[in-house]
Amino acid sequence: MTSLNGKAVTTGRQLATTGQQLAGSGADMLAVDGVSVRLAGREVLRDIRFAIRPGEFVGLIGSNGAGKTTLLRVILGLQQPSAGTVRIDGADRARHAPAIGYVPQKVLLDPDMPLRARDLVGLGLDGHRLGIPLPSRGRRQLIDEMLRAVGAGLFGDERVGNLSGGEQQRVLIAHALISRPRLLLLDEPLANLDIRSEQEIVGLLARIAREQKISVLLSAHEMNPLLPVMNRIVYLAAGRAASGTTDEVVRTEVLSKLYGQHVDVIHVHGRILVVAGRGDGPAEPVGEDGAHCAVQSVPDWQ
Amino acid sequence: MTHLLRMIVEPGFFGNGPVRVALVAGGVVALVSGVVGIFTVLRGQSFAGHALADVGATGGSGAFLAGINPLWGFVGIGVVAAGVMEIIGIRRPRGRDVATGVVLGAGLGLAALFLYWDTTFTNTTGATISVLFGSMFVISGSTVPVIVAFSLLALAVVMLLYRPLLLSSVSTDIATVRGVPVRITGVLYLLAMAVAVSLAALTIGAILSTALLVGPAATAMRLTSKTGLAVLWSGLIGVAATWLGILLAYDSFYWPPAQHGWPVSFFVVTLVFVFYLLAQLPAIGRAGGARARQARTGG
Repeated sequence: MTSLNGKAVTTGRQLATTGQQLAGSGADMLAVDGVSVRLAGREVLRDIRFAIRPGEFVGLIGSNGAGKTTLLRVILGLQQPSAGTVRIDGADRARHAPAIGYVPQKVLLDPDMPLRARDLVGLGLDGHRLGIPLPSRGRRQLIDEMLRAVGAGLFGDERVGNLSGGEQQRVLIAHALISRPRLLLLDEPLANLDIRSEQEIVGLLARIAREQKISVLLSAHEMNPLLPVMNRIVYLAAGRAASGTTDEVVRTEVLSKLYGQHVDVIHVHGRILVVAGRGDGPAEPVGEDGAHCAVQSVPDWQ
Repeated sequence: MTHLLRMIVEPGFFGNGPVRVALVAGGVVALVSGVVGIFTVLRGQSFAGHALADVGATGGSGAFLAGINPLWGFVGIGVVAAGVMEIIGIRRPRGRDVATGVVLGAGLGLAALFLYWDTTFTNTTGATISVLFGSMFVISGSTVPVIVAFSLLALAVVMLLYRPLLLSSVSTDIATVRGVPVRITGVLYLLAMAVAVSLAALTIGAILSTALLVGPAATAMRLTSKTGLAVLWSGLIGVAATWLGILLAYDSFYWPPAQHGWPVSFFVVTLVFVFYLLAQLPAIGRAGGARARQARTGG
């Protein structure tokens, strides 16, 4: 009897351990662990580590050339890291590609292209399949639903190439979402958008993350439009990353260490400016394009 | 009515053997070129398509020299050229034009040699004209099944790859993430395009076959914003231009200078161009209307 009891206890403990492991790996939608990337002999990213939980909205912030696109490409499996691992929903990324929706930075949408917004969204559903798409009521309803969900219901029949930047972003987001991913990656979706479209896209993505429990990782060179909606931030500079809440990361000590030089974090009217300087000298913008200190007349949220 | 019809369609048109072969072969080839061409334009591979067509001259002239059916020369060299382009690196955005240009140059150099030998050492005096500008009316009836088979093959490849091709035209990264084997898709498409232009080289000539590849596609893309409909239109426009061209060439036997028909390729290519110009009219009308509206509202 005792031996039987002992056996039962062991099994119970094993089960408990397995359960904990499952819970541990299941908690993170995306786990980037010690990722380094070398491109043409230069170390572009060094020991990047951060995790995203289901339904979280995370901003990947960094100036041009900080490695945002490279990091997204590693997560997508388009770029092989020289070290480190990427796990999606607790599994190696290669086996879980369908769980990712992706909105790339550069998309070739020629105005002459005979491709309507609804055609592009439809390609998100079954664009990887062989053969011609057969029209069905179910497929059409699904596409209509998706177009309305991103506020693109009115221009579903327009050529994608003829739409404005903000409208194209909506269609591309619908394209990425229609396959029901659990993780949505967007590479600079706010670039080249006017302020109004920028706010609308950020609001749309925040709503999607909240309502559908989709984790969103969005890269941007400007963090201020994302401040009202970001759960956490991954700040890239000099090939390294700091992650946490905005208050934890966007601080003078943390960013100075990241950049390897003194930077000041200044709060102005609910916006954050990151300014480089030696303390006594005149302040200079961080990054070649000065994106971090750009003072935009962004109206307050809500 | 019969009189009018007789004026348009000269007597004996449908009873004429070479005309029947031309209608079948030319029609099938035009259909395939039109369908394949939509993706050529979407993928921005018009230069590659043109190069594959021109390089066909090498195969065609080589076939005359060897005394074999020019069809095999055209298709053989097209497939080889597509393979070499792929190896040099047509999938890279910058490598694309380089690969195409290198293959085009090398191919045309050989064509120059073969055509020179054709005209000097063999009895095929018409080789140059027929390789470069087509030979729709001298296609042998026994070649037709082979032409149809190759056409169906190219058509099947493109229809099978329809969605992956579209997706990778929008973004190769999205396609890769979705699990599309982008490189294999690209190679298969290049081969289908090589077959399509090689067949068109046989009907309207190596130099002119780009017209059937790009012209109907460009026209169809003006007519509709629906991808599927554009593919259909493109094929039909190609067929219409070819059949109408054959009819005009047949009729032109009685045009000046009398007793010498005009070349059928001229009619086909000109009709493709005319259709393209006609398709611009609605857009010009819309732009004019918009300007007028603007003027009215004082904007």
